[in-house]
Amino acid sequence: MAKTTKKETVKKAAPKKATVTAKKPAVKKASAPKAAAKTKAALESAIPESPLVFERPEKFEQVKHSLEKVDALGLVCGTQKYVGDIDMPNLLHVKVLGSPHAHARIKKIDTGDALKLPGVVAVYTYKDVPRVPRTTAGQGWPEPSPYDTYLLDSKVRFVGDRVAIVAAETIEAAEEACKKIKVDYEVLEAVFDPEKAMDKGAPVIHDEKDAYVPIPIFYDKSRNHASHVETKVGDVEKGYKEADVVLEKKFYPHYAQHCPIEPHICMAWLDENDRLVLRTSTQVPFHARRITAQTLQIPIKKIRVIKPRIGGAFGTKQEVLLEDICGLVTLRTRRPCKLALTRSEEFMSSRTRHPMVVKIKMGAKKDGTITALSMRIISNTGAYGSHALTVLSNCGSKVLPLYRANNIEFVGDTVYTNLPVGGAYRGYGATQACFGTESLMDDMAEAIGMDPIKFRQKNHIVEGESSPIFKALGEGREGVDMAIGSCGLAECITKGMKLIDWKKKYGKKGTGTKRRGLGMCCLMQGSSIPEIDMGSVFIKMNEDGSFNMLLGATDLGTGSDTVMAQIAAETLGCKHTDLIVYSSDTDMTPFDVGAYASSTTYLTGGAVITTAKKVRDQIIAVAALKMGEKPEDITIKDGICYGKGKKNKVTFGDVSRYSLYENKQFQIGAIGSHISHASPPPFAAHFAEVEVDTETGEVKLLSYVAGVDCGTAINPQLADGQTQGACMNGISFALTEEYIFDNGKMLNSTFGNYKIWGTKDMPNLQTFLVDSYENTGPYGAKSVSEISINGGLPAIANAIKNAVGVRLTRPPFTAEKVLKAMKELKAPKVEAPKAAAKKGKKK
Amino acid sequence: MKLNVKINGKKFDLEVNPNAMLIDVLRDAGFKSVKSGCNEGSCGACAVMIDGRPKNSCIVLAGQVQNSEILTAEGLGNPETPHILQKSFVDHGATQCGYCNPGSLISAKALLDRNPKPTEADVKDALDGNLCRCTGYVKRIEAVLDSAKIIQKGTKGNK
Ligand code: FES
Ligand code: FES
Repeated sequence: MAKTTKKETVKKAAPKKATVTAKKPAVKKASAPKAAAKTKAALESAIPESPLVFERPEKFEQVKHSLEKVDALGLVCGTQKYVGDIDMPNLLHVKVLGSPHAHARIKKIDTGDALKLPGVVAVYTYKDVPRVPRTTAGQGWPEPSPYDTYLLDSKVRFVGDRVAIVAAETIEAAEEACKKIKVDYEVLEAVFDPEKAMDKGAPVIHDEKDAYVPIPIFYDKSRNHASHVETKVGDVEKGYKEADVVLEKKFYPHYAQHCPIEPHICMAWLDENDRLVLRTSTQVPFHARRITAQTLQIPIKKIRVIKPRIGGAFGTKQEVLLEDICGLVTLRTRRPCKLALTRSEEFMSSRTRHPMVVKIKMGAKKDGTITALSMRIISNTGAYGSHALTVLSNCGSKVLPLYRANNIEFVGDTVYTNLPVGGAYRGYGATQACFGTESLMDDMAEAIGMDPIKFRQKNHIVEGESSPIFKALGEGREGVDMAIGSCGLAECITKGMKLIDWKKKYGKKGTGTKRRGLGMCCLMQGSSIPEIDMGSVFIKMNEDGSFNMLLGATDLGTGSDTVMAQIAAETLGCKHTDLIVYSSDTDMTPFDVGAYASSTTYLTGGAVITTAKKVRDQIIAVAALKMGEKPEDITIKDGICYGKGKKNKVTFGDVSRYSLYENKQFQIGAIGSHISHASPPPFAAHFAEVEVDTETGEVKLLSYVAGVDCGTAINPQLADGQTQGACMNGISFALTEEYIFDNGKMLNSTFGNYKIWGTKDMPNLQTFLVDSYENTGPYGAKSVSEISINGGLPAIANAIKNAVGVRLTRPPFTAEKVLKAMKELKAPKVEAPKAAAKKGKKK
Repeated sequence: MKLNVKINGKKFDLEVNPNAMLIDVLRDAGFKSVKSGCNEGSCGACAVMIDGRPKNSCIVLAGQVQNSEILTAEGLGNPETPHILQKSFVDHGATQCGYCNPGSLISAKALLDRNPKPTEADVKDALDGNLCRCTGYVKRIEAVLDSAKIIQKGTKGNK
């Protein structure tokens, strides 16, 4: 049913099991056909096949150990370098003039006065640059996001949108010049309400002719309609008829920003070969190279993108936001330049979490069977459609499979508004959607008189099961069918209950003005985008037995360099510190889609195993040659190769030197790639304990417990750190983070006014990992980074409901909102919550 | 103006604009561990020790630190001889992207200097101004408490 995917026109992935080696020719004949067959075989095997499953060693030496993060000491000592930590002579400082209006046309723009200011070197407006529609979303090509964004345009579509670019000798001069640019705007009517954006007569935000979507999916810019997805499984109407109780509710997950402590920053210069070098804080160096080339209309080979250390990203750096600007300035002025967003610009003009209207309808029988589930989403992508379709489809694909239901319906629309632009944000749609489903799961449990945990335990997906949603909802094309190969959710639930002391505390609200409540939720995510994402790795051996490992994958602080080193070391038979990891640089490292979609460990980890195995084979062959042993007798441990019966041995260093200097010389090394054939979900159960002040409405989060099944945790300490960080982000999103707008302008674009949590705000946070083994993943691993940001909203909302009986649907859950909801609850209402328990709502 | 300061124990004679912010002066002088996260005094990424007290260098004017002694993360230790706090941050996994680390290490050092036996609440108080979006703070707090213990035990290596 997916209106999104015209399957026949979209290129399908190669079949999984294409034979690698060609069969021998049946008829023995002259040598010419034989040679031809050989060539054919060689050519066919030139396309490598990514394994469906990986070998499982009996025990792990490197993996599953909390080994030291390879860059850690440099980070804490301040010797590791981020983008802005190098000095460049002759550097220009770049500043972008942002729009003061939410929707306006530039009638006249005069840069004369600005250019006259001392120190100002260049000012560019839309008149000075090529007009190329493209997306800023750093996704695989062709991107499933509309090409609706321009380097500069004669129209502005949100407050903070690009108006002009200034380059000057100092940042002060650049800022001053921005003030001196005279812009005559024709202010247009703006649309801010996503539920009204598609109305007839609503202002059309993308009324330009040239915006389009590069793949055959739905797109109707004349109605501000950036994407549409729908899919149906079974018959929901029938399902609702079979239900004893049917509930329906709307939820409004809100705007938020990723708040990496390092805001977006990019530097550019021309190298000795006159190529453009971009040193940038990005999750997607290869996509950044491609999109910059497209925007500036220069060949890809003219650009090199370097990703040094990154100061956090969380999705907001899966965007090409500064590279095109810096590239333009450097190419035009032939001087190095730097553009660093201020915190306020980071809030207003970078990317945000898509706010949504999430309508969930659920039907269930008294025995806890879910008979039907509908999800209706309106996603607000703001002024541009970055990730418009994919965040939307992930609302369904990363949430709906969690519970068994025969009848499921998903309908989603992404709309443009004149507000800040949505983008990729850790959780990627699942965060928003599961707030709805997990809240309604609690309400439903209450309505059918079942314990909310029992209700979930009865319905959640388990190992061996599948969901039709996996196939039905892909990313711009059909999804990939898969069965759950590993699921530790049951244990996440039982262990989490113990840690939060559920049995003892649940339902004990206390008396007096402070009431306590417990809430929980179950979560799932994915691991990579199957049959789409690709990662690759290059490993070469050095004379001392160490290895250079070059990765296209981007460590953003997640520790993926370390995780990859551990996987390589496990495969090679050495220590993780024997690998010198370099990531990433489009000139030096092989391709990788980048750090997104919870893919690095699962996807690039696979490429590491494939590559390291090839290297290991070479090491064994050389060791055998050197020792005069048979390759099949060689065993490796701790960087030493042993011959039969362990009588002979050679170190990795001996092997490498032998291969470089002594006999049959060659460079031991290999390159390898991996594409994922599945996207196995990690699972989690989160628990929150709150205390609500019934007089003020203030919510105090006392404890938060999160259990995660990420398959094998390659580095448990790092996986745990991912979980803790994601939990805190999800919690602060639920309770304090909020965009306050006036006429489309964010009024609180500072850390002083947009509250992200610090140490004093912390609850008693406990996290744990549940062991499972995912055969399709490298050494049993699934993803871990995103899932735990999703728990804050539903777990805390459910805890508040448990404490004071109010169902909050508009986060963040501030004291005012809680108090207001409590007052409404007391006031007699047509649709009191009790009515639900009787027989649910109509229909 | 001429700015006479001691940075990490070394004397500097810097020619600076008195209205320049200390963060820029330090970074220009090569102390790149001093990070910028907000430039408004509310994230702590730029925290340095000025005469023994932690301050956000993005809201300190260069002119205010004449003849002061300044300590940055580079002055705490280096990868070969890290400070106990730095080593402890590594051991406990308190560093992910690391961008907040130099600032939080300075706050932690200041805490341990004035209170060698901090409670968990003391640590939370002292580090509240050092925002971290990666770690969720749990490991950072463990690292500081553990450092305090190690220092108390008189293990060598601390400066
Ligand atoms: S940069 Fe100084 S406090 Fe944020
Ligand atoms: S480790 Fe990234 S901000 Fe703290």
